[in-house]
Amino acid sequence: MLPFMLVAPQIAVTLVFFMWPAAQALYQSFLIQDAFGFKTEFVWFENFQILWADPYYTASFKRTALFSIAVAGLAMSSALVLAAMVDRIIKGVMAYQTMLIWPYAVAPVIAGALWVFMFDPTLGIFAYALNTIGYDWNYKLNGDQAMALVVISATWKQIAYNFLFFVAAIHSIPKSLIEAAAIDGAGPMRRFWTIIFPLITPTTFFLLVVNIVYAFFDTFGIIHAITQGGPAKATEILVYKVYNDGFIGLDLGGSAAQSVILMAIVIVITVIQFRYIERKVEY
Amino acid sequence: MANITLKGIKKAYGKVQVIHGIDWEINNGDFVVIVGPSGCGKSTLLRMIAGLESITEGEISIGDTVVNALEPSKRNIAMVFQNYALYPHMTVYKNMAYGLKLMKLPKAEIEERVQKAAKILEIEDYLTRLPRELSGGQRQRVAMGRAIVRQPAVFLFDEPLSNLDAKLRVQMRLEIKNLQAELGITSVYVTHDQVEAMTLGDQLAVLNGGYVEQLGTPIEIYERPASVFVAGFIGSPSMNLLDGQMGADGTALILPDGSEIPLTTARPSLAGQPVTLGIRPEHFSLSGGDFTVPLKVNVVEQLGADTLVHGHLGESTAPLVLRLEGVQSLNTGGIVQVGIPQDAVHIFDQASGKRVD
Amino acid sequence: MIENRPFITVLAHFTLILGVFIVAFPIWITFVAATHEAVRMTQVPLPLLPGDQFFVNLKTVLFEGVGGSGAVPVWLMMFNSLIMAMLIALGKITISLLSAFAIVYFRFPFRMGFFWMIFITLMLPVEVRIMPTFEVVSNLGMLNSYWGMTVPLIASATATFMFRQVFLTIPDEMLEAARVDGAGPMRFFWDILIPLSRTNIAALFVILFIYGWNQYLWPLLITTDSGYFTVVMGIKQMLESAEQSPVWNLIMMTALLAMLPPIIVVLSMQKMFVRGLTETEK
Repeated sequence: MLPFMLVAPQIAVTLVFFMWPAAQALYQSFLIQDAFGFKTEFVWFENFQILWADPYYTASFKRTALFSIAVAGLAMSSALVLAAMVDRIIKGVMAYQTMLIWPYAVAPVIAGALWVFMFDPTLGIFAYALNTIGYDWNYKLNGDQAMALVVISATWKQIAYNFLFFVAAIHSIPKSLIEAAAIDGAGPMRRFWTIIFPLITPTTFFLLVVNIVYAFFDTFGIIHAITQGGPAKATEILVYKVYNDGFIGLDLGGSAAQSVILMAIVIVITVIQFRYIERKVEY
Repeated sequence: MANITLKGIKKAYGKVQVIHGIDWEINNGDFVVIVGPSGCGKSTLLRMIAGLESITEGEISIGDTVVNALEPSKRNIAMVFQNYALYPHMTVYKNMAYGLKLMKLPKAEIEERVQKAAKILEIEDYLTRLPRELSGGQRQRVAMGRAIVRQPAVFLFDEPLSNLDAKLRVQMRLEIKNLQAELGITSVYVTHDQVEAMTLGDQLAVLNGGYVEQLGTPIEIYERPASVFVAGFIGSPSMNLLDGQMGADGTALILPDGSEIPLTTARPSLAGQPVTLGIRPEHFSLSGGDFTVPLKVNVVEQLGADTLVHGHLGESTAPLVLRLEGVQSLNTGGIVQVGIPQDAVHIFDQASGKRVD
Repeated sequence: MIENRPFITVLAHFTLILGVFIVAFPIWITFVAATHEAVRMTQVPLPLLPGDQFFVNLKTVLFEGVGGSGAVPVWLMMFNSLIMAMLIALGKITISLLSAFAIVYFRFPFRMGFFWMIFITLMLPVEVRIMPTFEVVSNLGMLNSYWGMTVPLIASATATFMFRQVFLTIPDEMLEAARVDGAGPMRFFWDILIPLSRTNIAALFVILFIYGWNQYLWPLLITTDSGYFTVVMGIKQMLESAEQSPVWNLIMMTALLAMLPPIIVVLSMQKMFVRGLTETEK
């Protein structure tokens, strides 16, 4: 009995708040409700077909892909540069690390608020600077600018995380390897690209997965604070659309079908991640 | 204080049987050693006595109590583990006191027992330290202390010295021996090291593949190994074992290449039988012996006190190792005659591996 | 250092300082905004240096809130956030410790089934199942309660796996020694396992506290009673009202307060946090 009592709380929470809702989402994704909520019909995959035929949904899909790639690419490359630089210095490593990691602790929606403030078209300090040099900045009207702003905000929050992992990965490379390469006559840049970068591939891959998951799911707050998906849906990524269609649009079947697609994406990502972790264990 | 009785002890993991029925009576106050190669079941046997492994078949009694169904803590035993298993977050004092606290002993008595044990083991100065702040030998002592404070009827040791360096091992071996003699508590000690086994045990049990190969005092086992396995396992360097056939009249052993080893005592009952002949390296000599055999010298290792000679029996391929006293100069490649006393020859039946006399 | 090239060292420091500047600038601006009067925050260009209204703004925000009469004072939001973060962090740690203990040290029917069930929660982030989960919580009458804000979030595969990993590294002999000493399963759990996992517990606490404090979508959905608003949600509400009458100084003061606790936790437990992060999530 004891072991059952020990797992009971976790299993209860899992069943009630994870399994059951997920099953509900799956079930509802096969239903269509009429406009007045009087009648519900079981329609198999019609909700999914409607989604794929919906240009807004496919556009949101592409937008999410673009957004994720941009955030992952920017956040990882800038973190890698900073990590490589930290590896080159001796004094002040802890100080730099301390100064670089705090955005991790900032909630996405707070991060959104900070960037809204700085880029507010009428008041923002950067908006002012941009307008002064003649660039017409108004993310509330310009979709590309809005996208750029959410990408920058999401990147800003994620650099800290990537930085810590890259520092740990570079740190774990045996010094003797670097020294051997130096004796072989490889300069700092060459050493980075031929020794360090290949050796931290596992970390890079891991971070790629984590960053994509982050961009997919954890950026809701940022978008909610900055653009609410606008202007004209220019920043409506999938997670935001589920929320919008479900809670604001009250399209239950459509929202559930979107949830199911998102779950499928998470499952694929998790499987990839675990496959890769298994492989890493063999090293 | 108690004797331990094992009756028909068997252990199986699923279909794999690892202990095949052991009967053994361990006398009160004895220091017994279970020795054998890894995987022979010696630790399993000890852990069954401790109550850490279930007993598939048979009965274990400590004193007059059958303990099969008792939890380890109810068996009146104490155990010293191979890696000591000290609780890393507790001080030395707390490590020793933990079991007593769970026994709900009064604080004063816990204090008294711990202090007494610490005094015996000379670890009074370390009582407030954490295990990681101690050296290997000190940790070993704490592990012993944790066993002593329980004032158990039986001590169980599971290869307690294998994590120490060679020098410390010799020292701790002596201390364990003295301590056990002083406290007079029945002790069962498991090791794969035959030197430890020989030096520590009043009684040895040599285990192989889940069977007891031989029970006896160390000297009995050394002098009259019951099987080829025991002969090869006890003694260092190992006994020379040569397969051959007993001559037609039982007076000589004929090796596969045709060379003969003469035997002074004829064994007519074995005439024509395949046998294994064993001679300990230290029983050869350059002069004397009841008979001699030719040795072709390959390698000579000078150890100072002894000389180890590796070679072959004459021109045959049968390898021989000799341990000669003192410094001996022998020419590599040359052939010398080496003497063997008659009573140093052990003969085993080749099929069963059992000793024949 | 392998070669002595001062130029590279200077370049490294320069890049890092630039990085720190970019990372820290928004926070500086936040701080500056929080130190000025409301009027100053409507005049372009906005200030880059702090003003003298820090404590005035702090007092206003904490005790009066933002958005005129009926606004929730920020101290109450902070209190709600604290409750939520603590319940989530401690709840996750507790139930994960218990289930990891069961999975590692007991053999019982459906053990692997439970293990996989916990594993699957990894694949179901709250964002993808918001509608149905909301319905469940609503049916259970948990809307507008601390329980509703926390319990649905406290299942944790990551934490369970981490404790499982930690327990697996503890040698079996430790359990055996405890058994010889007369400790039952729960005593072993309390006296040996918990103390041996305490650095991991602390590291995990930092991460989970931040996770809990920063929850946004979930509390946003299930709280309509402003008495349960968290500070992270509060910011969003203020931003909406800012569309009409921007009180950026007060909003930024609130933002500052909202990020302070997690930042303090991260910085004060930096070593542990870094270790926890890079070790648990791999």
